[in-house]
Amino acid sequence: MTQTRSLWEHGVKTGIIGGVAVLVIALVGMVESFHRRDIIAEVITMGQVLLLIGGVFIGYIAAKRTGSDESLAPGLNAVIGSSVTGGFLAFLVIVGRLINLRAVLVNASPMLYKLLTLGHKGVAGIFIILLIGMGCGVFAAALFYLPRLTRRVIILSLSSMIIAGVLQDLIRPVIAAWGPVAVVSEWLFTGNGLTVSGSISIVILIAVVMTAWALKGQDIKSGYGNLSGGSQRGIKISAFFMLAVVLLALPHILGLFLSEVLTIVGLYVLLGLGLNIVVGYAGMLDLGYVAFFAIGSYVTAVLTSPELGFFSLTFWQALPFAVVLGIFFGVLLGIPVLKMRGDYLAIATLGFGEIIRILVLSDFLRPWLGGAQGAGKIPKAAIMGYQFITPQQIYYLILAGCILVVFISLRLKGSRLGRAWMAMREDEDVAQAMGINLVATKLLAFATGAGFSALSGAIFASKLGSVYPHSFNVIISINILCLIIVGGMGSIPGVIVGAAALVGLPELLREFAEYRLLVYGAALVAMMILRPEGLWPEVRHKMELHAEEENNIGEPEPSTAT
Amino acid sequence: MAMLEVENVHAYYGKIHALKDISLNIDKGEIVTLIGANGAGKSSTLKTMSGLLRPRQGSVRLEGEDLTALRAHEIVTRGVIQVPEGRRIFGQLTVMENLDMGAFTCRDKQQIKTNIDKVFILFPRLQERRRQVAGTLSGGEQQMLAMGRALMANPQVLLLDEPSMGLAPVLVDSIFDTIRRLHKEGTTILLVEQNARMALQVASRGYVIQTGVVVLSDSAENLQKNEMVRKAYMGEN
Ligand SMILES: Nc1ncnc2c1ncn2[C@@H]1O[C@H](COP(=O)(O)OP(=O)(O)OP(=O)(O)O)[C@@H](O)[C@H]1O
Ligand SMILES: [Mg+2]
Repeated sequence: MTQTRSLWEHGVKTGIIGGVAVLVIALVGMVESFHRRDIIAEVITMGQVLLLIGGVFIGYIAAKRTGSDESLAPGLNAVIGSSVTGGFLAFLVIVGRLINLRAVLVNASPMLYKLLTLGHKGVAGIFIILLIGMGCGVFAAALFYLPRLTRRVIILSLSSMIIAGVLQDLIRPVIAAWGPVAVVSEWLFTGNGLTVSGSISIVILIAVVMTAWALKGQDIKSGYGNLSGGSQRGIKISAFFMLAVVLLALPHILGLFLSEVLTIVGLYVLLGLGLNIVVGYAGMLDLGYVAFFAIGSYVTAVLTSPELGFFSLTFWQALPFAVVLGIFFGVLLGIPVLKMRGDYLAIATLGFGEIIRILVLSDFLRPWLGGAQGAGKIPKAAIMGYQFITPQQIYYLILAGCILVVFISLRLKGSRLGRAWMAMREDEDVAQAMGINLVATKLLAFATGAGFSALSGAIFASKLGSVYPHSFNVIISINILCLIIVGGMGSIPGVIVGAAALVGLPELLREFAEYRLLVYGAALVAMMILRPEGLWPEVRHKMELHAEEENNIGEPEPSTAT
Repeated sequence: MAMLEVENVHAYYGKIHALKDISLNIDKGEIVTLIGANGAGKSSTLKTMSGLLRPRQGSVRLEGEDLTALRAHEIVTRGVIQVPEGRRIFGQLTVMENLDMGAFTCRDKQQIKTNIDKVFILFPRLQERRRQVAGTLSGGEQQMLAMGRALMANPQVLLLDEPSMGLAPVLVDSIFDTIRRLHKEGTTILLVEQNARMALQVASRGYVIQTGVVVLSDSAENLQKNEMVRKAYMGEN
């Protein structure tokens, strides 16, 4: 008896959790609002894709939680899980059609029901929802039983297609800018969504490339390994050179709007790398990090803005002061919280962030900082007559800042100080017993992080031309922390990927801005389940968290190959 | 002359009076053991020596220099190294990185290399597993790593806090063998142990502490014969 119960258990449990999640997504209006955008024109919309991904995800989780054996149990649970989720939606439609839910749930509209049932009325509609749920489960089960490589190829090629559809506004103008290649864009995209042939070709293209890489990639890697040191160096240098060219050409390839997005992402990369030192390297949870961003901005404003009228330094003259004062305040905050750990530290720093924001907002400091109105007329940066005014120009300023900060982060990571941070993150007492000066090590982490943040703030002030207290909300600190977690704690490329995903994507999908925080939350939860180490983790964490998995997968493969 | 002297030390955790007038001394090259029941204050005594716990009264001196004025990381540079209770290795770092951390105060690359070789001769198991993430080592291997990490810092005085805790008898023997070897090489050792029988076999002298007070101090031989010690700490009746 217990056998049967535990056989169903994971499917039903996961299905219920998933069902509630999907209901929430539908009832906050996300599905409906995503429905306005087509992924494949006239075939499937973003809203539908969202639901399908949800269904498959739930089925897959159910299968995974059931076990990794060859039996039918995981597949069965996948189908159960997805079907239960479908059942929740079906239930919503039944109830919604009988009684009007709109009085309480604004988004429970006939439009939503029509969308969920693919326009079918009555019992047929309910049936269709259940069928689709089950279909998701079958697909999830198939994914589960497929070999790892095939599974990855399928997931990646499908998600590439979806991403291409979601980011059509980004991709189309980029392709169109390449003269004769512009035809490709005509062929891939309609006004709203991919063409059918375009989407199929993307899936096939990615699948072929992925498979080829999986089969031959090892050869290429070992071939690279066999090359002489000189030619390896050559390849590295040319790769580096190509990256440099792409980075330099990027704003011209992407155009005005996307360059603006890039500059925002860049500012967050700067912020993220700074917080990454405090949280990722040194392991101290700092929630008041936005304070240093504010300090960098306001110092720049006070020193340069003729509107405030104290000094009229240029951006470059003000920048060192901004950074140095940022560092100073970093240390100043560090001293009182030296003895604090974990949650206490988080709360104390959170308070500090708010204090700075409230100070800036206050009437008391208004004559100096401009109060709620902020301060304007902050001059643009310029080097030898080249002015950083448009987003495309400011991009270069921020790129230079990012390169500098990435370089410093890299050097710090391998340094003695980096090791001290690492030891401190692992175990403060033992670190001390290894001869590490905790006070100095902690303060240096706060100072470095604050310096990076102030640099970002100075550039931000000059980019915007004005500063307002409301730009320095707690939510900025939270965003930065999220992007570090999603990217991978302590990882430099992780910060860049995280900033692109959590800051860049929402900027591109402005029309859905109201769901931003919901998506953040969902992304964090999904990350914790699927990739707890982050999108691009620091190498060490990857080894540890997936050590088992790698061993399990590493072993059977040679036997199947022979 | 005593190398390390603890004189009339009183230490508190908030209001808890953990050490009440503790005095002890260790001569150069000697193994001294500290035995006592759970909560007697053994670890606390070690902590006052390594600077992790600041005595409110009394002094700790290393070759005449007052250590109570120094912070924990400065005491390490004087050669007083503690192997903490419960190993406390850096679980997310590899064996090699843990050893590297142990040598944090040592800036001489050549010296670090020599020390690593020395540790690997003492603990060949660590060499086999030098790339393994330390958290995945077995309990015994973790204890070896904790000792190896301490040795990386060129200890003059090694403070060992219950190195045999939770180990199988074979491993306990091997840990005690290592202690003997270190002793032969001239390291001064203060050994805190629940396993009084083993501890008194390697040590030349011992102190017994109860609720923060030294109640007995004698040569290891005499302590082994002492009835109270036999009853309370060696499980005889
Ligand atoms: N961080 C702390 N905060 C408060 N009290 C503590 C702390 N550490 C130890 N104590 C108290 O101090 C006393 C001595 O503890 P200590 O750790 O020195 O004992 P011990 O002899 O090492 O015991 P064991 O053999 O169990 O390790 C105990 O009563 C303990 O509860
Ligand atoms: Mg103890």
